[in-house]
Amino acid sequence: MSGESKKAPYRVPIGPNHPALKEPVMFTFELEGEVVRDVDFAPGQAHRGIEWMGMRRNPVQIVHLTDRICGICGVVHSLSFSLAVEQIAGIEVPERADYIRTIVHEFERIQSHLLWAGVAAHELGFDSLLHLTWRVREEAMDVIENLTGNRVNYGIVQVGGVRRDIVPEQHAIIEKCLATYEGLLDTLLSFFLDDRTIRMRCRDVGVLSRKDALELCTVGPTARASGVNVDLRQDYPYAAYGDLDVKAVLPDRYLGETHGDVYDRIVVRLLEVGQSCQIIRQCLSEMPAGPITAEEKLVKLLATCKKATGEGIGRVEAPRGECLHYVRMEGKDSPASWKVKASSYSNLMSWIPMLRGSQIADIPIIVASIDPCLSCTDRVAIVRDSRRSILSKDDLHRLSVEKTRRLQG
Amino acid sequence: MRALPLVPELVRQLFRRPATNRFPAKYLPPSIRAFLRDVQAGRAAVNPPVPTPPRFRGKIAYDRDSCIGCTLCVKVCPAHAIEFIPDIKKIRVWVDQCIFCSQCTSICPKSCLSMTDAFLLAGEDRYAEDLIVE
Repeated sequence: MSGESKKAPYRVPIGPNHPALKEPVMFTFELEGEVVRDVDFAPGQAHRGIEWMGMRRNPVQIVHLTDRICGICGVVHSLSFSLAVEQIAGIEVPERADYIRTIVHEFERIQSHLLWAGVAAHELGFDSLLHLTWRVREEAMDVIENLTGNRVNYGIVQVGGVRRDIVPEQHAIIEKCLATYEGLLDTLLSFFLDDRTIRMRCRDVGVLSRKDALELCTVGPTARASGVNVDLRQDYPYAAYGDLDVKAVLPDRYLGETHGDVYDRIVVRLLEVGQSCQIIRQCLSEMPAGPITAEEKLVKLLATCKKATGEGIGRVEAPRGECLHYVRMEGKDSPASWKVKASSYSNLMSWIPMLRGSQIADIPIIVASIDPCLSCTDRVAIVRDSRRSILSKDDLHRLSVEKTRRLQG
Repeated sequence: MRALPLVPELVRQLFRRPATNRFPAKYLPPSIRAFLRDVQAGRAAVNPPVPTPPRFRGKIAYDRDSCIGCTLCVKVCPAHAIEFIPDIKKIRVWVDQCIFCSQCTSICPKSCLSMTDAFLLAGEDRYAEDLIVE
């Protein structure tokens, strides 16, 4: 920092680890008084080499590795990976398995959105609301635990289906949880949306215009809060969503207008909790009987995966947006290539237009408003001669071309 | 529209029981070790944990006698927690590495691996005797 100007704008680094940010990311703010003039950020602080580990394991092992890419979206990554492998190996998933996948997927959305709502309240300094939201979230966690055997890292998805059935006794538990949430939703909406403090801190803060949202390819609730009508569940249905009635939740359907600010992101996420309840209810009533996996014998499944050649893409609407897995198998035990694109990867760039012109005090809530999941996003760390280097667009393009050639053989 | 809708709920909360289960004691003891010694000596009681759900995946159990040494479990273990001992054709499970996915119990042709309800496995020694199942 030596030799830099001591006059405004001041350059203030925040991160990689900072109490206001839950995950490691390095921000450099250019500040003039209380106002953020410009901002730059550097992700890539928590690279764990998961893809490298995956390329030394077979698909049955990787499914459990994908559970651990994200601590919150446990089913999203394994579902997305399974979809890709099923596409390559030509495995047809039984209908009942699709419905069970959808039910667990939606419960995950409920708990993830409530977790985010609590974090958002905490970032605003509203800790009583944080504790209340997280207490309510436990209901969904308990049901997930009952369905899968674990609160996190569910391990319910397997290539070709699911590992556990939903038995009739569990319907009552699910129904009870759904009734609780449907009864609570209005109260929660009122706690968040009618509160004067939240309205003051979130209305017209961190605005992302519809144009910016489209140009930066944002996904998930961040895009929907800016009025972009995208939702993989309606646009490219997977699992059981083709049979279900899913429409993207947009803030103007509830409030009559779209601001694209933090407040709208709260609206979208809370309304999606209600939407998830409806989806689960519909799944429960329409769930067909039948097997829950295409191949019960794991040994046979391993043999099928070993024979498979080709490439596949699994896309899933995670609570944070679209999550994409690319898998390439070449007739070996382990995949030849595996690429994970977590949803936050598409959303990170939207920080820059959101943060420009905002106040220092609003940085935590704006950063948290896209629900960033940086450890899931970090897929690359470039270290050469024990120094980190930054690659330009041209370098990346060259590397990308080289890799494509390599894959083509 | 009320300006502070949370206030009545907060007042009600004052008279409710806390949602948190106070495990292992009502208040955090100054020393966990001293507390555990007291529990063993019968001077203190442990507040019980929340019961585990049905088909919970806890510490692994291994029926050594019925194992045929097929090594299928070694092939599907994502964490490489299972070691095959070729001399005696049996396996050894390193619980400190286990990720409790229960894949080995599904693939075992003789059903000699199973998941128990034990989950209090934290310790300081990775190679402690109760963290090695063989």
